[in-house]
Amino acid sequence: MKNEWPLWEVFIRGQHGMSHRHVGSLHAPDAEMAIKNARDVYTRRNEGVSIWVVEAAAITASSPSDKGPLYEPSESKVYRHPTFFDIPDEVGAM
Amino acid sequence: MTAAAAKAQPALTQQEAFVQFLLRMGDNTLILGHRVSEWCGHAPVLEEDIALANIALDLIGQTQIWLGLAADVQGEGKSADDLAFLRDAWDFRNLLLVEMPNGDFGQTLMRQFLFDAWHGLMLEQLKSSSDERVAAIAEKASKEVAYHFERSAETVISLGDGTEESHNRMQAALDYLWPYVGEMFLSDEIDAAMEQAGIAPDPTTLRDAYDTRVSDVLAEATLTIPESRFAQKGGRTGQMHTEHLGHLLTQMQWLQRAYPGAKW
Repeated sequence: MKNEWPLWEVFIRGQHGMSHRHVGSLHAPDAEMAIKNARDVYTRRNEGVSIWVVEAAAITASSPSDKGPLYEPSESKVYRHPTFFDIPDEVGAM
Repeated sequence: MTAAAAKAQPALTQQEAFVQFLLRMGDNTLILGHRVSEWCGHAPVLEEDIALANIALDLIGQTQIWLGLAADVQGEGKSADDLAFLRDAWDFRNLLLVEMPNGDFGQTLMRQFLFDAWHGLMLEQLKSSSDERVAAIAEKASKEVAYHFERSAETVISLGDGTEESHNRMQAALDYLWPYVGEMFLSDEIDAAMEQAGIAPDPTTLRDAYDTRVSDVLAEATLTIPESRFAQKGGRTGQMHTEHLGHLLTQMQWLQRAYPGAKW
């Protein structure tokens, strides 16, 4: 029998309009308790307005050993950065 | 009135009754807050440890405003800290339920659940108190307590309807603590004075809603409520606390007793 609760990854939205950000992980028996635990562990200092939790096992991650083929090809493609356009001041922060 | 009659029946002034009511509210949160804080660093898992510490801190925060107001109304120049740290067991007005020992984690959560269910109902009523200060405290505290109740109820269900071991422990906790439930719904001349002034409800009126709230959760938790309605009492009147309160106070108050007036 497995005695450990599953691991959950926690994402918190700090303010309305911002995106959820990964803040850490915790253990909980189910999703509802994971939300409650996240509230208690990660929002004690008024950090959030919304919480997402996802079981860590449900996340598929890229492999660190693949970083050559995955990321290096984009290093030489500076034209993909939108730095060649003049942006009018009225547009403000983008 | 003769002197003898006055001695036999010391009539409470409205102010004295109000102070007693405020002490009852503040002592409940103080003693339970301290009890829950005893888990700090000892809870079964880190997540529960932090959750319990949060609850304890909520309760101590509420204590500061209840006892602060009690001290103000009393008008003897005392502070909330004076009331918390310099009174002895017989001056405390908390329910016996909240001074009961933590026992195992299940017993702690069962005590929390039985108290939260009452606390939430009480604060809901106090939101419409004729005394604005009381209404303001209730407004703030009821949000915290709504969460406490949600959490304790859910844990009682998970453990009650969990393994055979957890079920048996929760049933034992319920059997042990049930005799301390009835005291929450007792009523005396202090409650009558509060009800008349529109400050607080008569506690007896909360019982039906409480029974519904609690029996729904306990049914889902597959736990059986003991049939006896026998109620241990003496906490909220200060007449007879359990032997556990003195030990708790010894720990909670030792610093102020050993080093009077110490600050940091």
